[in-house]
Amino acid sequence: MAMYVNNPLFGVTISIAAFLIGVYINKKTKIAIFNPLIISYIIIISFLLHFNIDFETYNKGGSIISFFIAPAIVVLAVPLYKNIKLLKERWAPILIGITLGSLAGLFSIYLLSKLFKIDDIIMVSLFPKSTTVAISIEIADQIGGIPALAVAFTAITGITGNLIGEYIFKVFKIKDKVSKGVALGTTSHAMGIAKAMEMGETEGALGSLAITVAGIISVFMIPWFIKILSI
Amino acid sequence: MKTLKQFSIILMILFIGQILQQKYSLPMPSTVLGMIILLLLLMTRIIKIENVEKITKVLLDHLTLFFVPVGIEIMTMFDKIKDIWVPLLIIILISTIVVMAVTGLTIQLLDKYTLKKYKKGA
Repeated sequence: MAMYVNNPLFGVTISIAAFLIGVYINKKTKIAIFNPLIISYIIIISFLLHFNIDFETYNKGGSIISFFIAPAIVVLAVPLYKNIKLLKERWAPILIGITLGSLAGLFSIYLLSKLFKIDDIIMVSLFPKSTTVAISIEIADQIGGIPALAVAFTAITGITGNLIGEYIFKVFKIKDKVSKGVALGTTSHAMGIAKAMEMGETEGALGSLAITVAGIISVFMIPWFIKILSI
Repeated sequence: MKTLKQFSIILMILFIGQILQQKYSLPMPSTVLGMIILLLLLMTRIIKIENVEKITKVLLDHLTLFFVPVGIEIMTMFDKIKDIWVPLLIIILISTIVVMAVTGLTIQLLDKYTLKKYKKGA
């Protein structure tokens, strides 16, 4: 097997194939936990383990796909620009909400990690998990976390928020559309938006706006938070 | 050809972001810097939205696919997390609730306050 897979073609092909299967299963079942990303991870990792292929061999092709993350982050400016009117109208509550929410999240991760005696390197990999994967991977790298762990934590956070969003809004009596959209985008990035879009157009637009704004805020806040607590 | 032209614009912005980040060792990923540069170029209308719209659609439509390979690296880390995955899931669940509730409640409360102020002013 090794001689057949030791080239970039293998990694590219299995990644795209596994992803398409993931999208198909997700569409057919409409169950949030059958997320395309999670399904692709299960398929590819099982394949690699079964045929005893190491990550480096896979990543010869994988890294070609990863290359496109960088330009994709740059074009996130476009949805932000399109929604900038909404941001201009209610920028103060939105910015304060995202900042306090993200900060509260960091504190809860910090306290719980201390409680469970989690290693610092794993704890800091948890910090950026509410931002979109594109940004969380960069933050994790910058603060000395493990990018691959950050990606996995980010995906799980996305699914969690998507699943429990409606219950949280009910329990905490959050009824305002803007608040719901921003909260979903801030907490659970793209998977939060998927839920926000189901709730309505306003929620969806504000969710995508929140992803970019929350990402930029986190880029500044997380290194600062680490410095203050001298982790 | 149009999409390729637009892609080259994005790559150049990315490159500028990288140079700025390295030159001034800015505390921010070069990609996020690139995003801010593009936003400024759009706001100042130096770049029109039509000039980047096609590549934006292509890239954002496939955004999730691009994250497949980076996540696979987790297989090299199974040993690191195999004893702590339960607390990790608990941390993720609780902090997700915290972020969502605090963000939503803050905006709802502040909006109520500002809207009241508007009404009083009127």
